[in-house]
Amino acid sequence: MALLELSDVTVHYGRIRALSSVSLSVAEGEVVTLIGANGAGKTTTMRAISGILPLSSGRILFDGRDISRLRADLRVVRGICQAPEGRGVFPGMTVRENLEMGCYTRKDRKNVAADFERVFALFPRLAERRDQAGGTLSGGEQQMVAIGRALMARPRLLLLDEPSMGLAPRFIQQIFHIITEINEQGTTVLLVEQNARQALSRAHRAHVLETGSIVRSGTGAELLADPSVKEAYLGVA
Amino acid sequence: MVHQLATAVAQGDGGWIDFNVPLLVDRFWSNTVDGLAYGSVYALVALGYTLVYGVLRLINFAHSEVFVVGAFAAYFTLEGLGFRPGPTPQLSTLSIVANLLLAGAVAMIASGLVAVVLERVAYRPLRRRNAPSLVFLITAIGASFVVQQLFFVTRGANPERAIRILRPRPLFEVFGAKVTNIQIIVLVAAVALWVVADGFVNRTRLGRGIRAVAQDPTTATLMGVNRERVIMLTFLVGGVLAGAAALFYLMQIPQGVVYNGGFLLGIKAFTAAVLGGVGNLRGALLGGLLLGVAENYGQSLLGGAWRDVVAFALLITILMFRPTGILGESLGRARV
Repeated sequence: MALLELSDVTVHYGRIRALSSVSLSVAEGEVVTLIGANGAGKTTTMRAISGILPLSSGRILFDGRDISRLRADLRVVRGICQAPEGRGVFPGMTVRENLEMGCYTRKDRKNVAADFERVFALFPRLAERRDQAGGTLSGGEQQMVAIGRALMARPRLLLLDEPSMGLAPRFIQQIFHIITEINEQGTTVLLVEQNARQALSRAHRAHVLETGSIVRSGTGAELLADPSVKEAYLGVA
Repeated sequence: MVHQLATAVAQGDGGWIDFNVPLLVDRFWSNTVDGLAYGSVYALVALGYTLVYGVLRLINFAHSEVFVVGAFAAYFTLEGLGFRPGPTPQLSTLSIVANLLLAGAVAMIASGLVAVVLERVAYRPLRRRNAPSLVFLITAIGASFVVQQLFFVTRGANPERAIRILRPRPLFEVFGAKVTNIQIIVLVAAVALWVVADGFVNRTRLGRGIRAVAQDPTTATLMGVNRERVIMLTFLVGGVLAGAAALFYLMQIPQGVVYNGGFLLGIKAFTAAVLGGVGNLRGALLGGLLLGVAENYGQSLLGGAWRDVVAFALLITILMFRPTGILGESLGRARV
């Protein structure tokens, strides 16, 4: 059974339809990626899954239960946590406090120390900067905070929205490497990316979004080899 | 005010502003002491404006009525305990402390509850419908009038006669200025409450929730923060502090509470919040104390009628040079 399942999800911004009948699923242990151009509906999909945007129709199942109308904060309790587009680092909180926000809903306080260690092991840079304000970090460091913070929730499903956006190339490599590592440690990942080559090469399965609809689906390798994907998203003529 | 001392005239003979510098010098330290004690009332009320502004970017203009509710609650509690206006009774220290604590606790609970109810009735329905911010301003003023008029209808236009259970008594002197027991109690209690509020916002999980909503509401939700609950909590904390301020206010003013007593005090506390930097907890404390002291200096220098003018002139002057207030807006950005 799929951990996450979207069926015929439609979302509107006012009168504008941003997603039309999107269906996709993510199985436990997978990395699934959504690629597409700006405005294709990638972030809208993520926001709908997290509950920031209401559905016009369709439904979302998580772990077999309908969460379509569940309040956003309670979806975190169920095990969905997102590192949002633009990182959403709390500028006036230290790195440590930002990471603490990841365990806002957690009841098992005694395991939190171990999770801090895990995040600091994944991102040694954050350990060095733990008392620095989030607003003073570089873009790459903020991205580490955003991912680390989501991990602190011990999510069953980690949503990553454009983790490579605006980063220097060496950071991009590092972030993708860490995504694979996180997945190998047992966390299911749904990844939204513009950096299609990297995303596809690390994903078990992938979907291509165009103007609010899924136009192609397959394994990461299949889509990497697909001529139309190559032309549109991988910069190969 | 008697002008027996030499006065400097600002605009030549017959000028309309007299700068009574000697009086200011003469009363400098007593003005400072009185101003700090009275300013701590502004500071506690200012915290309510600042906290709510931080999470909602909204000035809660009904906060002044939350304060008045606290003042009436404290008054009725003392009345209910059998105290009456008139001469201050002889009581044991223990009895004074117990009765003040009781009156303060009732005032804090009453103000806290009214703040939460106001939020629910006047703001939440609008927020659900994504109303423009101007609409919140109007409902705040409307709610303010409703509460005010309830007291007007039931208690009339005249101030209550003050009920006192603690006689002011000088404890020691600072540069010749007498410091009374009441002033010390008020100052110490106000600063202690500020420390608790600051610790709550900066060092507890719920406080982190408040700061998260202030800094980035959407991401806060993505981390599992229930924004509505945080908003309610913020109004509750602000209300409780206003209730405490109300008791400290009653201990210092010559008359008792009156139905519209929150108006000027509310505006002054709002001024204090803006002065220190709205959205900034330290700014609220600093702004409140500064305003309390400054208006006393102004009163000595220019005469009693100028007291409120000085308060607002100070605000305008500081904002011209530092539009974000002395310490800047920080609940939303830097560490509070």
